[in-house]
Amino acid sequence: MIFSVHVEVRLRPGIADPQGSTIERALPTLGFDGVKGVRVGKSIRFDIDAADESAARAEADDLCRRFLTNPVIEDAVIHVEAGAAAGATS
Amino acid sequence: MSRRVGVVVFPGSNCEQDMLEAMALVGAEPELLWHGDETTNGVDAVIIPGGFAHGDYLRPGAIARFSPVMAAVAEFAAAGGPVVGICNGFQVLTEAGLLPGALQKNRGLKFLCAPAELRVESTDSILTRSAEAGAVLQVPINHFEGNYTCDAETLAQLRDENRIVLRYVDNPNGSVDDIAGVCNAGRNVVGLMPHPERATSELLGSTDGLALLRSIVA
Amino acid sequence: MDDAIHRSLGLTDEEYGDICRIIGRDPNHLELAMYAVMWSEHCSYKSSRIHLKRLPTEAPWVLVGPGENAGVVDVGDGIAAALRIESHNHPSAIEPYQGAATGVGGILRDIFTMGARPIAIMDPLRFGPLDDPRSRWIAEGVVSGVSGYGNSVGVPTIGGETVFDETYKGNPLVNVLCLGLLPTDRLVLGQATGVGNLAVLLGSSTGRDGIGGVSVLASAGFSDEESDAEKRPSVQVGDPFEEKRLIEACLELLDARLVVGIQDLGGAGLACATSETASRGGMGMDVDVNAIPRREQGMEPFEVMTSESQERMLAIVEPADLERVLAICERWEVRAAMIGIVTPGPATGDADGGRLRILDGFDGDVLCDIPAASLHEDAPLYNRPCIAPASFDEATRTLGTEPMPESTDVAAELLELLADNRWVFSQYDHQLFLNTVEGPGGDAAVLRLKHPVTGVDTGRGMALTTDGNHRWCAVDPRQGTALTVAESLLNLACVGARPLAVVNCLNFGNPEHPEVMWQLSEAIDGMAEACVAFESPVIGGNVSLYNESLGSDIDPTPVVGMFGLIDSLDRRPPGVGLVNGGRLLLLGTTQPELAGSRWARARGHRGGRLPSIDFAEHLRVAGVTRSLVASGLLAGVHDVSNGGLAVALTEMAVRSNLGISAARIATVAELFSESPSRVILCVPPENIAAVENVCSGAGVPVSRIGVAGGDRISVKGLLDIPLADAVSAWTDRIPSALGAGTAQD
Repeated sequence: MIFSVHVEVRLRPGIADPQGSTIERALPTLGFDGVKGVRVGKSIRFDIDAADESAARAEADDLCRRFLTNPVIEDAVIHVEAGAAAGATS
Repeated sequence: MSRRVGVVVFPGSNCEQDMLEAMALVGAEPELLWHGDETTNGVDAVIIPGGFAHGDYLRPGAIARFSPVMAAVAEFAAAGGPVVGICNGFQVLTEAGLLPGALQKNRGLKFLCAPAELRVESTDSILTRSAEAGAVLQVPINHFEGNYTCDAETLAQLRDENRIVLRYVDNPNGSVDDIAGVCNAGRNVVGLMPHPERATSELLGSTDGLALLRSIVA
Repeated sequence: MDDAIHRSLGLTDEEYGDICRIIGRDPNHLELAMYAVMWSEHCSYKSSRIHLKRLPTEAPWVLVGPGENAGVVDVGDGIAAALRIESHNHPSAIEPYQGAATGVGGILRDIFTMGARPIAIMDPLRFGPLDDPRSRWIAEGVVSGVSGYGNSVGVPTIGGETVFDETYKGNPLVNVLCLGLLPTDRLVLGQATGVGNLAVLLGSSTGRDGIGGVSVLASAGFSDEESDAEKRPSVQVGDPFEEKRLIEACLELLDARLVVGIQDLGGAGLACATSETASRGGMGMDVDVNAIPRREQGMEPFEVMTSESQERMLAIVEPADLERVLAICERWEVRAAMIGIVTPGPATGDADGGRLRILDGFDGDVLCDIPAASLHEDAPLYNRPCIAPASFDEATRTLGTEPMPESTDVAAELLELLADNRWVFSQYDHQLFLNTVEGPGGDAAVLRLKHPVTGVDTGRGMALTTDGNHRWCAVDPRQGTALTVAESLLNLACVGARPLAVVNCLNFGNPEHPEVMWQLSEAIDGMAEACVAFESPVIGGNVSLYNESLGSDIDPTPVVGMFGLIDSLDRRPPGVGLVNGGRLLLLGTTQPELAGSRWARARGHRGGRLPSIDFAEHLRVAGVTRSLVASGLLAGVHDVSNGGLAVALTEMAVRSNLGISAARIATVAELFSESPSRVILCVPPENIAAVENVCSGAGVPVSRIGVAGGDRISVKGLLDIPLADAVSAWTDRIPSALGAGTAQD
């Protein structure tokens, strides 16, 4: 059965985020004064063919740990849903 | 004819000193323009040099385009003043809407510093007017996001109006239609990814960039 | 105090006792943390200092020798060159991109700390084999990290070799060298002088990333997954954009003569920078820990003081200049905070002074009160046992007795030794600043020498090379290191340069293993012998120990960086290449000895006796090469080094896409021997007589060994292959392997 997976890759708490802080510093000149805590990450979507949701999650978890992230500096939040992602092409 | 050329410095620009050195070689009087100043300081031409303005964070040029100096540059360009964006400067000009299209990551998804051959496709621009049509120039490239992209309509327009001024002989980065440099409709704003200032001395391997730089002050 | 704490911080019971004696009481946690990081192997060089003293460090042109942030030599015309090499091996093993990136950032700060604008980087890189997925992951990440940081910060990376070998599996060597230029009269030192002067922290805010990072990471090998994971949070993220602004701001401060001393923050962070500037200046310092800008809430003082957050500098300024300093920083969008005050020390006649005090607000509680100098000068000094391996015969300097294997297929044996590093260096901006006459891939990089402030071209050139050879050093670390220095000298000669100074990066295994200490000690002796013979002072260095994976030490890998000058750079050096019809001449004589060679290692042979070197002969060969390069008589030139004549000739051929036809190479041993003091010249026929005259005049043996042209690479009686086979082996090896996918485990 097909599960759609959405992975948000984020820098771990406490790890410097130069890109996020540079964007944040630029915002006041554009008139966005109240925006704080900008963090930049990556968003990755894919489908997994697995027996059930927990198997899909386990596989996505392993994929994140070994390939999509470096746990040294990055965390991943994994969302798993039944069914292929809308608009996904093969 | 006057030859004062302003070279814009953003935090993170890094080719500005090279531009000063190279423009002096072609007889210009180059000076630096600071990103935070709302003026082009009365110069006769503006160059936006290579580098990593604002670290290229978010997207190359995405933050730099909002610098105070860019409003002045847009005004200068609208009045017909010559504006050339090289590498990161090209990226800034596309983000600022002064040139069409965008620069994506290279096809090979790697930064690429290498020699390149460029064909002069049009001599009707402020960067190519002193070059020879059809000439092949050795000018190095040095970029991660140099893959020129635009929609089909824009591409057709660029072709129809002869606004593709430089093409790669051997496309290094996946640019559509081998585009290395384009100009605006007024032909006074030109962007290119290769670095003509790096091809200004036999010791460094090529002097082919001089013809382009001379055009700016011709 | 719980005595387990100091041990968990890596301090021995004896070291803990020393601390108690120095401060006259038990240290608190903050003090203990500061001693722990400063007395770590990484910061204190406690195992290697005793040996490093044997290196020659002086010459009339040396302005600053080892011990400061970088070595500095006078290059004439009012210009001085600052040079430094560092390792970032352990951080790169666990987060390759950021490990390499922060390595580049760190070395740049060492250079502009001296008042010099960084103008070039070299990156000698060593990885595990290309068929190992994790080694490929490390290699790709490291190269991207060097590229991502170096290009963005705006300093060209002009060279550095890339080596793949089993010995670096799981423990890459990521060394980085930086060259900077300054007007001789702008030289500044990392010292705090003048009671009442202010310590201003510039750059990034201080976070928890890299708490004890470099120090702890660099001082323990990788044993298993578990402890690897525990060490992970210590890795830092580099910000080249911050560094670029920091460089510009600091150089502007120096130009305006607004700083009396400046120091970068590297290993051990503020603990090191505050105590080092104070003790170098013979002063003390009060630091308000609350004044230090932080990225995170709730940080403990010991975290703030030992954090290795990147892109920070400590400037010592006179109070009257503070406002101008802050204004320049603001223009460059660089954060600046006054965090400390210089206090009296022994240099001011105050025998009780010289304290480093960390305060909870300048008027608040004293959190730490120790002699500033004790963090450096009282660091332990170990003379660890050194024992040669049992299989090494010290009388004959021969390792083992295994016979050299026979050659079975010379062509295949040659092809497997070919690799073009273009995949690596095409990712580096190597042309910025319009100086690069010879970039990566040649024998040595060549730069124009322009005045760093006026930009005036002196008409002279600078040359840089980095070299290392773990195969030689595994057989005989002393001779292997001497041969490595000799290779550097010849690399410089091939671009027409004479040597001025050496820096070294000594990458070794676990110093608690007596064999490793023997290797280190021997390597230092070999380097000293060669540097004395070549009149090339060692002006700085870095020692990286504990390079091991699963208990196995890496092969000893001293990396030599050699800097030289070209007296007249009016044309491009001939470079590694051929012209059609050019005659191939070999300078020097070949010893048919394969011990320590790449050919032998590829056959699994790791012993024997290295080729010998006659320093006087070597200097003659280098001198002749230099004058021939300057003469314009040559069409191509290449030193003979790893892979011997076979690889040197083939590299000249593939780079010119021209075949060669060679003879008078009698045996496989002569073909692949890596014996020193040899250079291949490609000479247009009309210049042969002139070249031979120069050689015989200098007493350098020269022999005609072949001619360039055609589409085959042939060595009479030994080898005959299509040029195209060599070209594809050379071109494809690295891109095809590194395009083949990577994995972290």
